[in-house]
Amino acid sequence: MTDVTLAELCIFAASEAFCGNGEIIATGVGPIPRLGASLAKLTHSPELMMTDGEAYLVEQPVPLGPRKYDDRKKAGYLPFSRFFDSAVWTGRRHAMVTPTQIDRFGQINLSRLGGTHQQPKTQMLGVRGFPGNTIYHPNSFFFPQHSTRVFVAGEVDMISGVGYNPARRVPGGNYSGVDLRRIITNLCVMDFGGADHAMRVVSLHPGVTFDAVQTATGFALERLETLPETALPTADDLAVIAALDPHGIRAGVFKDNPPARPAA
Amino acid sequence: MTVTNGTLDKRMSAADIVAQLSDGMTLGIGGWGPRRKPMALVREILRSDLKDLTIVAYGGADVGMLCAAGKVKKLVFAFVSLDAIPLEPWFRKAREAGSIEVLELDEGMFQWGLKAAAFGLPFLPTRVGLGTDLAELGGLKTVSSPYADGETLIAMPALKLDAALIHVNRSDWRGNVQLFGADTYYDEWFAKAAARSFVSCEELVDRIEDHYPEDAQAQTFERCFVTGVVEIPCGAHPGSMPPLYGWDFKALKAYADAAKDPGDWNAVKDRFVGADEAQYLASFGGKEAVAALPLPIF
Repeated sequence: MTDVTLAELCIFAASEAFCGNGEIIATGVGPIPRLGASLAKLTHSPELMMTDGEAYLVEQPVPLGPRKYDDRKKAGYLPFSRFFDSAVWTGRRHAMVTPTQIDRFGQINLSRLGGTHQQPKTQMLGVRGFPGNTIYHPNSFFFPQHSTRVFVAGEVDMISGVGYNPARRVPGGNYSGVDLRRIITNLCVMDFGGADHAMRVVSLHPGVTFDAVQTATGFALERLETLPETALPTADDLAVIAALDPHGIRAGVFKDNPPARPAA
Repeated sequence: MTVTNGTLDKRMSAADIVAQLSDGMTLGIGGWGPRRKPMALVREILRSDLKDLTIVAYGGADVGMLCAAGKVKKLVFAFVSLDAIPLEPWFRKAREAGSIEVLELDEGMFQWGLKAAAFGLPFLPTRVGLGTDLAELGGLKTVSSPYADGETLIAMPALKLDAALIHVNRSDWRGNVQLFGADTYYDEWFAKAAARSFVSCEELVDRIEDHYPEDAQAQTFERCFVTGVVEIPCGAHPGSMPPLYGWDFKALKAYADAAKDPGDWNAVKDRFVGADEAQYLASFGGKEAVAALPLPIF
């Protein structure tokens, strides 16, 4: 399977994160997470629920990119106006998102970089729904560029999402909903299965070494003793992915759309 | 008791509405990002001398423009985005210059604060915010459950609004509104959280029951929450107003690009605000051009 791309490997790895989740809303923000959630629903996890990206629930995942506005079969209704009631604050959701920073505690940042709260050096989106998502339902992450700028030393510049940092936990609070699942990057797949939920490498993409992952990370990583190679999608999976991404938007995620297995 | 038409006639001009607002007020703005925003009313504020506002919004170009024009003293927000252009450049400029105070909130806490205000409560408890920087930065306090669980929760303070500005699809002159489109976001809670709500609409009718009785379920908030109504077709431009029109990407792009070049709001204000609404709309191709804007694909 030399023609599998890194993007497709990541989509497949993302889909695995949504396996066995039950009847919950699977949200993938960005092409790779969204295709991953959609692939999961169309293959091993049909029980997943998802929206058309706007307000309607669909049983047939909506393909990426330009199409006719009503090329979607509405099976239900989940607008923002009841998203917290039905999905987030009931814990019936698993989101895969791409924050700007993440630290060794799994704390994430989407709000701002550098400077102060009054005057940030770089203002980004704001915390959006991250504080609620992370205290109520499972979350996974996709990072297209594994680097020390993303996997930062110390803590993120503004904690927009709850992690496993004991120092940040107000006593008496209920953190039972904090459930950080999987991290997929251009180099590897990780989880939070290390000591005290430390980040742990669980598979390496073809041609990648643990040392390369560690060098691109601002803190010490744990690892499985024997690290398998990240699984590649089958021909059937690739056909599903192609149907979900008719315009080939996945080809633009990584520079030059590299193959999953680097040329020898 | 006989109620005459006159006492319930809430029609006003956009200028009348802005004249009801004053410096230092806390204003809620309905919609979400670049969607369903009362942009014509925002433009009317931009044509006025109003200042030192506290703006409470799921922000889009409304927040960007008010920041750019120096109207904002404080912003209560969870995000500011133009969707198709993820980062709102004029908002970023204001933040990076340190020129506005902020209360940054999670999207869910935000609507929770509107609901607390709507019900006249000082706060509503929530888990959201624990374990993040929001509580400390925002000065949010915690409460303990008085029951056996004793859980520590954040007390999300009521987001009380002096006034709310909301753009709807239809209304009659009594403020019987109808909201359509796939999602009406938190417009009803902005209306209920506010001491007074002013509504602009795409279509104004005299008695809605004589025109659209079959659409009564689209009334997401009742007329007791509406103080003033004005008909402004295309009033959400350059944002979207489903199901009537999508956002105007070209206009949003021009607005976003102007934050870099020339980067000076006063130099471009005429283009994006206009002398009046008729002139503004004409400069973007008029009603026909707006009606032809396709709904966005997500």
